[in-house]
Parts: sequence; C-alpha cells; structure tokens
Amino acid sequence: MLTVGSLSRAELAARLSGDGLVLRTGPFTNRICSDVAPLIDSVALMYADYPVEPVGDFIDFHLELRRSGGLRRWYRSQVHFAYDGTTPFQPLPLAQAYPMLEWTMNWCVSHRAHGYLIIHAAVLEKHGRAIILPAPPGSGKSTLTAALLGHGWRLLSDEMTLVHLDDGSLVPLPRPVSLKNTSIDIIRAFRPDAVLSRPVEETTKGTIAHLKAPAGSIARALEPARPACIVFPRWEAGAAIALDPLPKARAFMQVADNCFNYQVLGARGFAALGRLIDASESYTFRYSSLPEAMALFERLALEAA
Amino acid sequence: MPLLIRVLRDPGIVQGLDGAGWDLLLRQADAANLDACLLVLLEDAGLLDIVPAAPRAHLEWTRVGAAGHARAARYEVRQIGRALDGMGLPLILLKGAAYAMAGLDAGRGRLFSDIDILVPKERLPEVEAALMMHGWITTQHDAYDQRYYRQWMHELPPMQHARRGNSIDVHHAILPETAPVRPDPARLRASARSIQGAPHLATLSPVDMVLHSAVHLFFDGEFDKGLRDLVDLHRLLTQFGKEPGFWDALPTRARELELGRPLFYALRYCPRLLGTVVPPAAQAAVAPEGPNAALLWLMDRLFGRALLPLHASCADAFSDAARFALYVRGNWLRMPPLLLARHLFHKAFLSKKNDTQAA
Repeated sequence: MLTVGSLSRAELAARLSGDGLVLRTGPFTNRICSDVAPLIDSVALMYADYPVEPVGDFIDFHLELRRSGGLRRWYRSQVHFAYDGTTPFQPLPLAQAYPMLEWTMNWCVSHRAHGYLIIHAAVLEKHGRAIILPAPPGSGKSTLTAALLGHGWRLLSDEMTLVHLDDGSLVPLPRPVSLKNTSIDIIRAFRPDAVLSRPVEETTKGTIAHLKAPAGSIARALEPARPACIVFPRWEAGAAIALDPLPKARAFMQVADNCFNYQVLGARGFAALGRLIDASESYTFRYSSLPEAMALFERLALEAA
Repeated sequence: MPLLIRVLRDPGIVQGLDGAGWDLLLRQADAANLDACLLVLLEDAGLLDIVPAAPRAHLEWTRVGAAGHARAARYEVRQIGRALDGMGLPLILLKGAAYAMAGLDAGRGRLFSDIDILVPKERLPEVEAALMMHGWITTQHDAYDQRYYRQWMHELPPMQHARRGNSIDVHHAILPETAPVRPDPARLRASARSIQGAPHLATLSPVDMVLHSAVHLFFDGEFDKGLRDLVDLHRLLTQFGKEPGFWDALPTRARELELGRPLFYALRYCPRLLGTVVPPAAQAAVAPEGPNAALLWLMDRLFGRALLPLHASCADAFSDAARFALYVRGNWLRMPPLLLARHLFHKAFLSKKNDTQAA
C-alpha cells in the first residue's frame, strides 16, 4: 500500500502542487492541492502513515490551499482555502496553513457526510469498548484523548464521532489530535514519545499543535467499534477525581447539543441518538490528574464502572 | 456540452460513467446547486442502483440534507403564516418556496436559501412590523443599503430570523422601482391562486410563475445559479405546458406585462441547453420580442457561458468576461445610468466588504 511516508519529499510536493495528493482518512478520500511549503512539511510529518490513493477515481472532498498572489505574496502572506472552486472562508495568515487544512477537512465532513450522526466529540476504543467524549472547547477533551493514546487506546477520532445511521456503529476517522495552549506542554511532559506538529501561535483558538495519530489506529481505520460509554469530561485544577452517572434523558439532550447535523437528520437523527444513548452508560467526569484519569479509564475499558 | 447538462437531457448516459466521470458529474452538480435535483432525476429514471458505492453515498447524503432543508422550509412558511395571520392578506409565495409548497415538479430537489413572498406595497410597513414582532430582523445595517432597498428596489432589505437564522425576502413587485419595465404587481396578485390543500397559501398563476422565473434569470446580474434557474424554467414549462391553453396564454401575458424579452430568452435557451419541448407556435409568437441579430449573436455567447455550471471544468477563456458583462447588464436593467454609476461607485469604494465568514 502506498502511504505518504513512502513518498519522497519531492514526490509529495509534486503531487500537492500538481494534480493533488489523495489522502484516505477513514471512510473518506480527500484530494489536497497546495503550493504552501510549510504545509507540505506538516502533511509529511502528520500523515506519514496514511494511505495515498490514485487521482482519477471518485473523490469525496476536493480541497485547495493556496498562497496569496500579488503584493500579498511578499507582504503578510496569507493562505486561501477553496472547496472545488468555492471560497467559504476568509484567508488566514500563511503560518496557519496546516491548522486551516485540519479545520477545512473537518468542515467537509461535518457539512456533507449526512450518512452519519456527527457528534462534536472524541472517541477512543480499548478491549472492544468505545468511549465517547463529547465536550465544548476548553473541557480538556483533547488533552485527555492525547494522554489515553499513550495507554493503549485506539483513536477513532479526536473531533468528530461518526455514528452510522443504519447500524449504530462508530465509524473511525482517525486524524491528528488538536492540542491548544497549555495542553501542548502538558502532553509533551506526560508523553515524551509524542510526535507533535510545530505550534502555531495566534490562531482564533490560541496556540495550536497537532499530535500525530498512532499508526495502529490508522491501520485499523476501517474497523468500526461499538459504543460502551459516553463521558463528559471536565478538567478542574485541584479537583478530586469523580465519575457520576448521568440520567439518559439529560445525556440525550447534552449529546444533541454537541451534534453538527442533528437538526438536518430529523427523525433519523433522533432514532440514531436514542439508540446510542440506550447502548451506552453516560457519566460526567471531573479530574485534575492525568495518571488518575488513566487508571479510571482502564476500569471503564474492562467493565462498567 | 458539460457532463451535467448532458445528463440532465438524457439521464441514461450515466450508465457509461467511470469513477472519474461520477466525480466530475457530482462536482458540477454541486457547483450548480443541482445535486438534489440530480438525485431526483436518477431516481425517477430508475438509475440509482447502478451508481457506484462512493458517489451513491454522496447522493444519499444529499437526500438527507435536502429533506432537512425541505422540513425547515415548511416550518418557516408556517411561521411566516402565523406572523401575518389576521392581516387579511393571502401569503403569496414566489420562486423556490412556491414550487416546493405547491408540490410542483420544479420544487423536487430544489433547494432555496430564502423564502420570497409578495405583498401589496401599501401594506409593507404593517408586514415588516408583524415579522419583526415574530423575530425577524433586518440584515442590512448600512444606511446606504437600507436606502438602496427601500427607495429603489422591489423588496425590503432581507430579514433574518434572530433565532433560526432563516431569511425572508418581502417583495412588493418583481422588478425594481428604478427599472425601465415595471410589470404591475396588482395584476400579478389578482391572478394568484391558492395552493390546493393549503388555502391560506398562494402562488402566482402558472404563466406568471414562468414569467417571474424568466425575469429573475434573464434580467438579473448574478449567474452563479444560472443553470439551476434554467432548470426551474424547464420544469415549469414542461409541467404547465401540458395544461390546455398554457402556450397561447404565455406570450399574450408576457406582452401585457412587458416581459416579452425575458420570455424570448427562456424559450430560446431552455430548448437549446435542456431540450425543453416548446411548440413552434409559441416560439413564433415571441420571436418579435427578441433583440436584433447582432445583439442576439452577442447574447448567445454571453448566456451560453453564464448558464453553464459555475465550475472550473465548464469554464473557458471568456467565462469570467461573460459573467462580468452580464453583471453590468443586470445592473443596467435595474437602474437608469446615472443612478447605476452612483450605486456601483458606492459599492466599489465606500461599502465595507465582508462577504465571507472567518474560518
């Protein structure tokens, strides 16, 4: 199988600036065209283990990230995103090209892939039990995810949980994990082996760095998982660890609030979410220490708490 | 001829498509805002099951998105009905909302971002106030834009619901106050007919619906959804064309409303691009309404480009120029030259530009 890592830097650059690099991420193919040099380096690092598919077949998403022309090419250069010729977003400073690629790849899925109920949540699996971590930004969801990936958990997704509408299975979309601000140093200290992209400062979300997804998770990207738990995490300085059951009705409403396309799906979304809640135990989870959290999640992986 | 247009004319040709062909077809359909329409077309032709898995998945995503859209639109129409209840006005829907609510063929797989309604000009303040009481607020906060709409246009500045975000365009006519041709809105309203099964809702009469659609397409300056609008016309003409008397009434009504020219273009480009069947007698009746030979030669070249999907695969060296020329023409047809010059100057140099959102 051809992967990004098996391409030379020159071949990778030639594809990105030519007909495009076709990356497979979970169930989707993404054709990426770009002439932004730092973006090529980030893709080479973060996507080394991902399959590359040929151009010239059906492709799910067509993305283009180009450097500004004219005066802007030399002064305060920007990166412009186009989705197959349309420009839904304003350009960003050139340094933010790689985070922009990640955001726009997410946008393609959340705006189009209505074959799934799409929850804004991380999802990980161990011993056949998948745990969904829905959470608004700032709750420590990605920090927890990054830490768990060093403890034998398989990454299904850091950003979007895809619930298949037909069978309720969780469809993996393993991609780099987005870490913000202080999380970056916390993960560097907690997992010295972690491969991180170069931090990008002053984005709308603060400083951003991405953690490379584990090779084992990417290799199993076509293997769905069954939901076991839904855990709403909250990091709180100095808090004692606490896992409290959440009534199903409240869990339903809170997950619905964190969906990208619950409204669009109508009755099918209601049914899919109902089935997910029925199949899962739901908890709120408060923590301040990552090692304690690791031990508690290990118990969740083995059995109901 | 672009693949999408060939498929719209003859869906059966999809049987010969490979992966790259499906890729191109769906991208053109997406760019033209005709993806849900393509789904309906393939389904009606019994061809969905031959679609390979990956493009089929996209078509199914489209089905879900379109159903969600239709549900939201029906809800929105009900809410507008509630807001205007008791004013003694029939709720006359225009364009996409009219096609969808009346269950016309043109409404199947037709997405629309705004709901357009037609009310008498003298009732505008009341209607606007009622909508505001029910949560719709004006979207144009710039004093110039407010003036542009209220003084010169045929509609209020678009209003958006504060919570749901859906938009409504309240029209009092189908062409701007400043346009050289101004079909009398009272005549349009007088011929409006209520929708079967929903007596409080109404659409324009079939001939007026076609004329409005033609005006909207051929007098406007924006052609990003040109092909979608031509497909509307094709489907309206095909469905209403089966009703007795329709083809006789259409040219007559067009002359009454001074809309012969847009009808001429509709009956020229629908058959040319989409293979619409138009009786020779109807063609002959609108022939005198067309432009002179030199202008027609030019318009063929301009519309021939602007009516294609807005996609890189359909563009040639003159596409941008054609769209720009039609943009200028569209504005020319809306306003007298001096006013137009002033308007374009204001838009180019004085208005704040913020068309796209931040990533």
